[in-house]
This record gives sequence, C-alpha cells and structure tokens, in this order.
Amino acid sequence: MTRIRTVLLPPVLAIVFAALLCAVALLINGDSPLTALRVMVTQVGEGTTAVDIINTGAIYYVAGLAVAIGFQMKLFNIGVEGQFRLAACVAAIAGGALSLPPGLHTLVIILVGAAVGALWASVPALLKAYRGVHEVISSIMMNFIATGVIAYLISTEGFGVLRGNNISTDPIEPTGHFPGISFGASGTIFGFVFLAAALGLAYGFMLNRTRFGFELKASGESPTAAAAGGVDARRMVIVALLLSGAMAGLVGLPELLGRDHAYTLTSPAGYGFTGIAVALLGRNHPVGIALGALLWAFLDKSALALDNVGVPREIVLIMQGSIVLSVVIAYEIVRRYELAAEQRRVAAQLRAVTGVPAEVGS
Amino acid sequence: MTAVETKPAAPVPQARNGRRLPGWARAAIVVAIGVGILAITTTLTGQYQLTSSGTTQAAVRLLLPILFAALGGLWAERSGVINIGLEGMMILGTWGAAWAGFYWGPWAAVIGGLVFGALGGVLHAIATVTFGVNHIVSGVAITLLGMGITQYLAQLIFVPLSRNPRQSPRIEGFETFSIQPLADWLAELEGQQRVLLSDAAGLLGGVVSGLTPLVVLGFLFVPVSYYVLWRSRFGLRLRSCGENPVAAASLGVNVFTYKYLAVIISGGFAGLGGAALTLNPGQLGYLEGQTGGRGYIGLAAMIFGNWRPGGLLAGAALFGYVDGVQLRAGGEAVHALLYATSILAVILAIFWAARRHWRSAAVALAAGLVVYAVYWVIPEVPREFASYAPQLVTLLVLAVASQRLRPPAAVGLEYRRGEGD
Repeated sequence: MTRIRTVLLPPVLAIVFAALLCAVALLINGDSPLTALRVMVTQVGEGTTAVDIINTGAIYYVAGLAVAIGFQMKLFNIGVEGQFRLAACVAAIAGGALSLPPGLHTLVIILVGAAVGALWASVPALLKAYRGVHEVISSIMMNFIATGVIAYLISTEGFGVLRGNNISTDPIEPTGHFPGISFGASGTIFGFVFLAAALGLAYGFMLNRTRFGFELKASGESPTAAAAGGVDARRMVIVALLLSGAMAGLVGLPELLGRDHAYTLTSPAGYGFTGIAVALLGRNHPVGIALGALLWAFLDKSALALDNVGVPREIVLIMQGSIVLSVVIAYEIVRRYELAAEQRRVAAQLRAVTGVPAEVGS
Repeated sequence: MTAVETKPAAPVPQARNGRRLPGWARAAIVVAIGVGILAITTTLTGQYQLTSSGTTQAAVRLLLPILFAALGGLWAERSGVINIGLEGMMILGTWGAAWAGFYWGPWAAVIGGLVFGALGGVLHAIATVTFGVNHIVSGVAITLLGMGITQYLAQLIFVPLSRNPRQSPRIEGFETFSIQPLADWLAELEGQQRVLLSDAAGLLGGVVSGLTPLVVLGFLFVPVSYYVLWRSRFGLRLRSCGENPVAAASLGVNVFTYKYLAVIISGGFAGLGGAALTLNPGQLGYLEGQTGGRGYIGLAAMIFGNWRPGGLLAGAALFGYVDGVQLRAGGEAVHALLYATSILAVILAIFWAARRHWRSAAVALAAGLVVYAVYWVIPEVPREFASYAPQLVTLLVLAVASQRLRPPAAVGLEYRRGEGD
C-alpha cells in the first residue's frame, strides 16, 4: 500500500500543482482554463493526433531511456541532444549511400545510429573517467560541437543536396525504411514504436536481471560500496555513458526511417531535453518513463488545438516546466515523509518488543 | 558544478616554494604570455585580425553576457549550490530587460533583467536549499520553465507591439563612449605595424573604446565579487557554507539564509547577462533563443577559472576573444588560432615539466602536437566548425587542466538543518 502511494503520489501531486499554476496564468490573462483543457482532450480524437501522440511518445520514450541509463549511476547525460542529432544525421548519410536488401539495410542504419551516439558519448565518458571532468559540462560542449559537425556534414561541401530551398541528405532507398501500420486518414504508426517498447523491456531486464544492471545500480547508490565489492568504477562510468549514448543514437531514427527518409536542416531537435524531463517524471522506471513520455506527447500534440480557442499555445511549455520542477520537489517531500514514518514505525515496534519506553532525545 | 571528482588525496603543502607570486603579478605574466603568443602568431601567419582593435571590441561585447553568467555561477557555487539553471535565468533576464527597456529606457532594462533573473534564482533556491532536490535536476527544470514562461510572456506582451511572438520591438540602448585620449593614441600605435607593440596596442585599444555603462559594470563586478567573497565577513560566511555547512552552522551561521542570498544574487547576475544580450548594440531587443547556451558557457568559464573571480574573467575573455575572432575573420583566423594553441600547449608543457608534473606535461605536449598536426593537415577551418571554436577550446582546457582545479568542498551536496548535531 505505502509502496504504491510512494510511487504514484508525487507525479499526481506535481501534475495537479502544474495544472493549478497554469489555470492561474490563464485566468490572469482572461482565458478559461476549463475550455483549454476541454479542447486539449477532444483534440486527441481528431485528425492524426492520437497516432502522433503514440509516435512522439515512442521517440520521447527512447530519449528518456537514454537519460535513465545514465541516471541509474547518478551520471547526468545532458548530451543526449547532441548524440541523437549527430547519430540521425550520420545514419541518414550512411543509409542514403548504401543499397542493401530490405531488413539488413534498416538494421545497418540502426547500428550506425547507435554506434555514432556511443562515439559522441565516449568523449565525456573518457574525460570523466580519466581526467575527472564533470560529464555535464563536457557533454553540453559536445552538443554545441555536434551542431557544427551536422551543419558541415549536410552542407553542399559535405554530403548535402539542395532540394528547393532546404538542404538535405540523399534520401534512403525504400529497402531501408521501417514499415509502419497505416490507419488511413488517422496517420501511420511508426514500426519503430514496437522497437521502442522492446528497448524498454530490454532496459528493465538489464536492470533487474543481469549482473551488469546490479553493478550499475550499486555504483549509483554508493560508489565506495561498489568499489569495495569489486566493481571497477572507471569502467562502469565509461560503459554506462556509452550505453546511454548508443540508446540516444536511436532517438532520431523513428522519424528518419518512418517518415522523413532523409536528414534536413529543419529536422527536429530538443528531444534530448525532453528525455531528461521524461526520465525524471518516470523515476527511471521503464513503465514510469512510458507514462511520462505519453503525457509529454499529449501536451505537445494537443497544444495545437489551443490556437483555435485563442489561448496562447506556450502555456503548455509552462505546464511542462512546472511539472518537472514540482515532480522532483514532490518526490523529495514524499521521500522525507516516508522516512519519518518509517522511523516512527520502527520506534513503535521497538517499544512493543522491549516493553520500555524508547529514550527521548539524544 | 564540480568539474573534478574530489579525491581524498593528501593536501598539497602550499609552502613548496617560499616565494609565491602575488595574484596580480601572475595574472600580468599570463596576459603578457598571451599577448606574446598572439603577436608571434600574427607575424608568422599574417592574420592581422587576431590582434586588431575591432576584434577586441567584438570580443568585449561577446564576453559580457558570459562574464555575468560566470559571476552568477561563482556566487552560487561558493555557497555550495550548483546552478545549471543559469541559462534559464538568463532567458528570463532577456525578456525582463526587453520589457522594462521598451517602456522606461536602458537603465530600466538593466534593472528588469536583474529582477527577472533573481526570480529564477528564488525558484532554484526553494528547490535546492529548502527541499534538497538534486541541484542539476532543478537547474535543468528551471531552464525549461524559464523558456516556457518567456515564450508565453512574449506571446502575450510583444505580439501586439511587434507582430512577432519571437521578437520584441527595438529598444533604446546605451550611448557608447571611449576612454580618451588613450583610445586615439592606441589606435595610432596600432596603425604603425610594429611587431608586438602594435599587437598589444590593438588588443588594449579594443578594450578602452566603444564601451557602454554595462560593460564597465561587468568589469567592476569582478573585483567587487572578489572583495566581498574573500575579504568581507559576509563573504567568508557565505563561502564557509560551500566548504563545510555543518561547521558553519556550528559557529552560528544561518546556512539557509546565506545559500538563499547567494543563489538569488546568482540569478540576478544571470539576469544581468540576459540584459547585456538585450542591450547589445548590434541587436537591441529580445529575440527567442538569443542566449544560445551562454549560461552553460559561463559555467564552464567559471570552472576553468577555478571558481575564482580573476580566473573566470580570463575564461570569459578567452571565450569572447575566440568568438570575436571567428565572427570577424572566420575560418582562416581560427586556423591561425590553432597555431597559437599549439605554442601555448608547448609552453604549458615546459612549465609543468619544470614543476615536475610529468603527467600533466606529457598531456599538454601531446595535445599541442595533435593541434599542430591538425593545423598542418587542413588549410582552413570550415565555417561551421569555426563558430564552435569556443566550445572546443573549453573541452581542451578542461581536459588539460581539470586535475588542478579545486571546487568548493560541499558543492552540490544536500544540507539539512540540524545535520551534524
């Protein structure tokens, strides 16, 4: 009972608090919060919104998993953003240059993406392990550098081709596409969605059923205890960040293989930071991250309906920001409350066993 | 932001060599070496833009927001709170400055930026100090929130004025001024094309011309921060909260109050950085995404300044300078900077070898050789890379110097009232 309360209470509290905050912001502006909520919910049934939510949710899910792998070890991979963009770009270039049988072609593109993501994460990993540079700073710098490298790669000097007034990479042949499930007018669910779910299962299995997962969590909980238990801290840092980078390398692929088939200057960005938010919301738990990703995708996609009733769409950004901030605060409050409750319980049990009143004060 | 894993190593005896140079002398030597290297590079590669006063002037403008962000980072981290939300507070500052500046002029813009940034600081303090949330998590959340609030407010307030949700109407900026007759005299000397002398004159000339009151304020805040944090009772207490809050509390220091104040001041500085962007003579007004990660760069500048005011000024100057070079002269000049970097690395290697830090010396030498090889192999740095030269420089500097940095001992750790009783 308490376990469920501990897990579910904070996100619910956070969402309610964020909703209240947004309601106040809307009321100040003279809009009706209820109308805003109604159009957002009804929007899900319209057009391609439901499918978009699932597709975007899957992308956010993979991004959240990438961040969560680092979080398990108290490593903060803020570089997911750069890793996924560069990986998508290089994978698109490789996919466009190759012509292989179907299936194999797709697999090669996915492997290239994972490899590039891991490569880009290896710089912060090595700097952290061997030079003690904090991974946050180095991976932020890598994000910037990734932007430069991408601009160079898809420029016409690199691998780009001019199409209309947009530069893009060579389109990937149909053999490399990841087939989706079409719902006619409601859109097409990316086939990658199922791969994302499989990745979530693999993540859960790795964490709870393998020695590596145990070492990962142990290093996160207490590096000294893990070291005493024979875990090589340096190796763990490198492996964890590389894994996180490889996962990040897959974030851009659902759209690349399912819809765009090429990487352009206008390809989406910002998923890395969403991944951080989603991982925090889901407490690094595979199911929690999935719920967080879907919530995020719902907020993003339903926001489009707000324009129709004259509410600024940006209210959703405030909602998302305040959810993240209030969810971490809520977890902290609930953790402290549970700790105090447990202390009281133990004290009561001790009193019952020994029959003497526990000492007051110390 | 701890750049270094604190290792429980034996404390290094400070009195290794009895004649330690005072800080100003060391800074002067570093500056002299820097000017010397640039002069040699300019002469050998013919890239006169490297030391022109125009480049320095651009560098000062680019340095200012980073300097403010770095000062913000310094104040927070000295009190033991990592502030990665600087970026978000800066974004809030850009909006606040544009809004206040549009209605009441440039000084109001400065105040507006300060207040909005400080509000972000208040949020960060509530999350980290009162609730003990992980500092980095809170900072990232505040950056997200700052972006959201800013875009919402821009949509509400600026759209009726500028018809554009991503931009504010143009605001009034500060008048620029130069320090005369020094600026004219230096410009004359720069024109004479004497090796070293003209280079130094060009570099200095850019610093004393085309100034705004905000630039002067920014440069003044560096010694002021030093004086307050290292030479006043308030600052010593504040720093003790960052080194050992339990000990500070046992001496009657109210740790929470000091941390709150430090983080709010930190947010205020970040907001000033946002105001500096909004009041930049080249682009007066708020523009969505104009911070471009400068809050993070300020943090990095502070780290490689070893959590000290003078050092962070050097870090911010390096960034502003590299940025100024690439903006004014592009890939060729950045290419010449590679040459300068390799000279610097060799000098560092010699310096560390003399101090018998063999490993550091080897790393520096290897880095220098790699950079020189890159310089030799490619004829020109592509434009796309050149614009990210500052970030590359940061990575290199951190990789070479990170072992010798010392962050505040308790930075990033949660402190709760009554700990250690």
